[in-house]
Amino acid sequence: MTTLTSARQWLSTDTPATRTQARLGASYRLLRRLLAHPIGVVGVAIVALIVLVALLAPWLPLANPIAQSLGERLLPPSAQHILGTDTLGRDILSRVIYGARPTLAIVAMVLLASVPLGLLIGAAAGLWGGWLDAALMRLADVFLAFPRLILAIAIAAALTSGLWTAVIAIALTGWPPYARVARSEMAALRQAEFIQAAKALGVSRLRLLLRHALPLCLPSAVVRAALDAPGIVLIVSGLGFLGLGLPPPAPEWGAMVAEGRAIVFEAWWVSTLPGVMILLLSLGFNFLGDALRDVVDPGVK
Amino acid sequence: MNAPPMEAEESAPAPTQRRAGSMKRRLGWLGSTLLTTGVTLLGLLIVTFALGRVLPTDPVLRIVGDRASPEQYAKVRQELRLDRPVPEQFVAYVGDMVRGDFGQSLVTSNPIAQDIIRFFPATFELATMAIVLGVLVGIPLGAICAQYANRLADHLGRMVSLAGHSMPIFWLGIVGLLVFYAQLGWVGGPGRLDVAYRYSVPAVTHLMLIDTLIAGEWDAFRNAFSHLVLPASLLGLVALGYVARMTRSFLLWQLRQDYTTVLRLKGMSESAIVWRHALRNAAGPILSIIALTYAYLLEGAVLTETVFAWPGLGMYITDSLFAADIPAVLVATLLVGVIFMLVNIASELIQASLDPRSRSA
Repeated sequence: MTTLTSARQWLSTDTPATRTQARLGASYRLLRRLLAHPIGVVGVAIVALIVLVALLAPWLPLANPIAQSLGERLLPPSAQHILGTDTLGRDILSRVIYGARPTLAIVAMVLLASVPLGLLIGAAAGLWGGWLDAALMRLADVFLAFPRLILAIAIAAALTSGLWTAVIAIALTGWPPYARVARSEMAALRQAEFIQAAKALGVSRLRLLLRHALPLCLPSAVVRAALDAPGIVLIVSGLGFLGLGLPPPAPEWGAMVAEGRAIVFEAWWVSTLPGVMILLLSLGFNFLGDALRDVVDPGVK
Repeated sequence: MNAPPMEAEESAPAPTQRRAGSMKRRLGWLGSTLLTTGVTLLGLLIVTFALGRVLPTDPVLRIVGDRASPEQYAKVRQELRLDRPVPEQFVAYVGDMVRGDFGQSLVTSNPIAQDIIRFFPATFELATMAIVLGVLVGIPLGAICAQYANRLADHLGRMVSLAGHSMPIFWLGIVGLLVFYAQLGWVGGPGRLDVAYRYSVPAVTHLMLIDTLIAGEWDAFRNAFSHLVLPASLLGLVALGYVARMTRSFLLWQLRQDYTTVLRLKGMSESAIVWRHALRNAAGPILSIIALTYAYLLEGAVLTETVFAWPGLGMYITDSLFAADIPAVLVATLLVGVIFMLVNIASELIQASLDPRSRSA
């Protein structure tokens, strides 16, 4: 108890002794404000729960998500199978939980590709200005004008390793918003004293970009990423629904909705429950992002 | 009545200067928009062309079948220009697309261009109905949220709009059919018309609501409406989410401006400020968001149509997909991309014509 109190004090001090303490303190205060936000706390709870359960899935007492049991086909929700079974007698609860894994993995991959790319391009454009700025932002406009879902569908359909190429396609159409955010922040900072000071000290352009400028774009990028995640969840599950996702036995939410579609009037649970998970995850990310925006930058509520 | 305050006035330069400046700026703006459009179009053409070339299946073999003689094979290969160098193929491809010569569909065995003319109106009807619903509900919802910012009504309204655009539309469609069609029987099922009416309504505009009116078939009109209302409302929910959310944030920005403080000091009620003044000043950005939402709905329609067996562009794309007719998919992709682009330009034009300040940006 006392260690917890002292840890809290150490985190919320006004006079941090080290850089690490200051950083951890800032994150701590951010987290507290987020948890005090009525929408934020719901978002954190949903996303944290889904991520946690997805990570721990192999250690949870669940049925094998791909083991078929034809004697137990289409059982309605019961004590034995909390969410019922599907057409091949597989446990839907287990499939729904395992199904979170590919979705979350793809969201993470798309963000890991598009956020750094967007930040680098945007910060470079804003920091250096001139023709580079004009060219890069024009490029961003072009990618922004691509219809994201349709392009992902076309790519996933045309190529053999479709889903993974579709991930690249989603990332490629995903970076421009980050570039725009980073650019507008950089354009405002270009004349800032610390940037001028760093330049006067002879810091190289690349170092200026990476060490001095980029970290300042991170908060707004995190907000954007949280608001971007639901869109990615919906595109991925949409691809799965159309049969362009992971190959069959693998549990994937969109594909599960499609599997149950033909029998929805007889066995509603097969199709509807995986869909609830898609909605929950994307809602959780949206709540999180909306609250983060309030918390990170109270001026732009 | 209080006229809406003209913020731009105070910073505007002298009239003569302004005219010269704005002409020049407007031309510059037009130029850069045209450039972006051109580059985007080129990008779309390159992507669809490239996807068409890297197909894992042999396009020639698919047409002639595996029992064709080598001569037949060579002939078709030549017709498809596959014996030419890639840059030449690309130029020819661009020419075909510009002329509207999209090739033939494997599913319907009609020219793809003809198919698209037949399928697109259904998507147009669906998306238009959805945007109308989304705007009629979304703007008031966003205004209420802004008026009661950070209070209960705002939190509830924000949750509704966030739920709207967190919705997997294909799932919502299934649940909607389950509840409103199968359980309650309030709406028509999948498709645009019951079979009974399908041959009594001649296709003029391919818009069911209008065609049934032209034919003077009231029962058919009611039937068409009962089929349209569910998919359009569900898609409208998605539109509502975006529109409400953006309306709220534009209004909150307006409410931090000096003129609203003045109105408040003069004793105007918060609701009059929001509904009469802030909303009017936010009209430009809101309109441009509506345009962008509309483009987004065309994408959402792809998944909605699959669920509702709605014979529009989305169904055409997915049907072609399962028939492995990738060229048709790519043409439809290109078309949606072009519409996207046009809507983007329209949204910028609207904004520029409503707010002189944005022209300089």
